[in-house]
Amino acid sequence: MKNNILVIGGGPAGLEASANLKRLGYNVILIEKDKQLGGHLAKWDRLFPDGVSARQTLNALLEEVSGVNCFTETQLQSINVLDKSYNAILSNGITVLADAVLLASGFDLFKAEKKEEYGYGIYEGVITNADLEEAFREKKLPSKQPQAIGFVHCVGSRDEKAGNPACSKVCCATAVKQACEVKEVYPDADVYCFYMDLRMFGRHYEDLYLKAQKEFGIRFIRGRVSEVAETADGRLQVKAEDTLSSKPLRVSLDMLVLMAGMRPSESGKTVGRQLNLTTEEDGFFSSADNLLEIQRSKLPGFFYAGACTGAKTLPDTLHEARSAAIEIDRYIKEKFSEK
Amino acid sequence: MIDFGFSVSPSSRINLDSVDRESFAALAKLEPDVLKCMACGSCSASCTASQFEPTSVRRAILSLQNGQVEQALDLLKGCMMCGKCTMVCPRGINTRHLIISIQKIYGK
Ligand SMILES: Cc1cc2nc3c(=O)[nH]c(=O)nc-3n(C[C@H](O)[C@H](O)[C@H](O)COP(=O)(O)OP(=O)(O)OC[C@H]3O[C@@H](n4cnc5c(N)ncnc54)[C@H](O)[C@@H]3O)c2cc1C
Ligand code: SF4
Ligand code: SF4
Ligand code: SF4
Repeated sequence: MKNNILVIGGGPAGLEASANLKRLGYNVILIEKDKQLGGHLAKWDRLFPDGVSARQTLNALLEEVSGVNCFTETQLQSINVLDKSYNAILSNGITVLADAVLLASGFDLFKAEKKEEYGYGIYEGVITNADLEEAFREKKLPSKQPQAIGFVHCVGSRDEKAGNPACSKVCCATAVKQACEVKEVYPDADVYCFYMDLRMFGRHYEDLYLKAQKEFGIRFIRGRVSEVAETADGRLQVKAEDTLSSKPLRVSLDMLVLMAGMRPSESGKTVGRQLNLTTEEDGFFSSADNLLEIQRSKLPGFFYAGACTGAKTLPDTLHEARSAAIEIDRYIKEKFSEK
Repeated sequence: MIDFGFSVSPSSRINLDSVDRESFAALAKLEPDVLKCMACGSCSASCTASQFEPTSVRRAILSLQNGQVEQALDLLKGCMMCGKCTMVCPRGINTRHLIISIQKIYGK
């Protein structure tokens, strides 16, 4: 008999784990609360570091899950821990007796309007990283040539006042990538990145930074934007300190892109409450061990993959999904082999 | 006019709206590597002249980007063209040559 595995969340982590579990011979039930599968990947246009299409990347993941039972617009109604397994009732009325559960609930984007001083939702020219991805994807960039464009790093990250002291890991690379992309569309615009540290840790990320400087002439200003205001002629006036020269700085811009960070998913938290799962100070779920057992939770048979345990890039997320499949396989074999 | 003993000091605020972009573009054309500076400070740290007079390639580049030409030239006027900064620059910028180009474009 095939063991049932319930996967919660149909983003990159849930999809990749489901495909691997299916290959290992399990009966996988994948639930996704939204209309479509793909999670945040479905919202992006091109991916760092190489600029490949997010759509094509997602299509490759979707192809792999053919044959998996996928329920979209479906959430967990209730879940009970039984002796050896989990009894889950889904919002579509189906009951699943699962021998293991994988939570892949991902993240929510930090709500940029919470940083009121940046004027998101107040000034038209202020948008987020996700808005810019959408504009690229839907080919809806403003046709009026902007003279100057700014990128603000660490919006809602590394910010205790905003409730998140952690680094969101992906937004430095996203900012540098998007800065190059807008410069390609508006070659005459001056493009600035306001950063505190540039965290270009991955393979080819540093090349992206060098390319942004050398080929695109992006100006990197070391200092956090302190406030944004409107000028008399309707442009955005941005204030920061150029900390490399210890001088206050101001510049007028036409577009300001906020690098909103990654926060734990609210719908993931709902599942967490149903099972009393523990979280760390950053609000993301706590693994059984942060070095050796990242994919395991403290509940036997309950696993994690992807951004539900903290900010992650796509390759990191996919690695975790594959290791979660291996861990689940090991758990099932240990628990259910007849002795 | 009565002299009250006060003087108005110019604002030290950097205003990127009023930077002379044409000269910097001319510099970048002559010396494209100027764009690659990552403000590491190796050049300033190894500079022989800086022991005697404030000299810093890093701060000179930054000052030009911020439109503070006088300050940039001041930061290079003690330079003795020894070339140590070029040897240490991790971005491979020929800083010694850059200094000459800066003088050419901005020097009077
Ligand atoms: C602006 C931005 C740009 C990025 N660009 C890149 C890039 O270029 N390259 C790169 O490597 N990485 C990039 N990333 C990171 C990438 O988006 C993440 O690594 C990836 O989306 C994480 O996948 P995930 O499956 O863990 O989470 P998510 O993508 O958030 O997917 C989680 C899914 O679970 C669903 N879900 C949540 N809770 C429940 C529930 N209770 N029941 C049912 N379904 C649920 C959600 O609806 C969602 O579909 C970027 C991130 C941001 C913020
Ligand atoms: S990745 Fe960069 S922009 Fe994002 S929070 Fe970390 S330091 Fe800030
Ligand atoms: S060349 Fe000039 S700036 Fe460079 S180390 Fe020598 S004295 Fe200093
Ligand atoms: S050593 Fe090179 S990269 Fe470093 S600050 Fe000097 S010029 Fe810039």
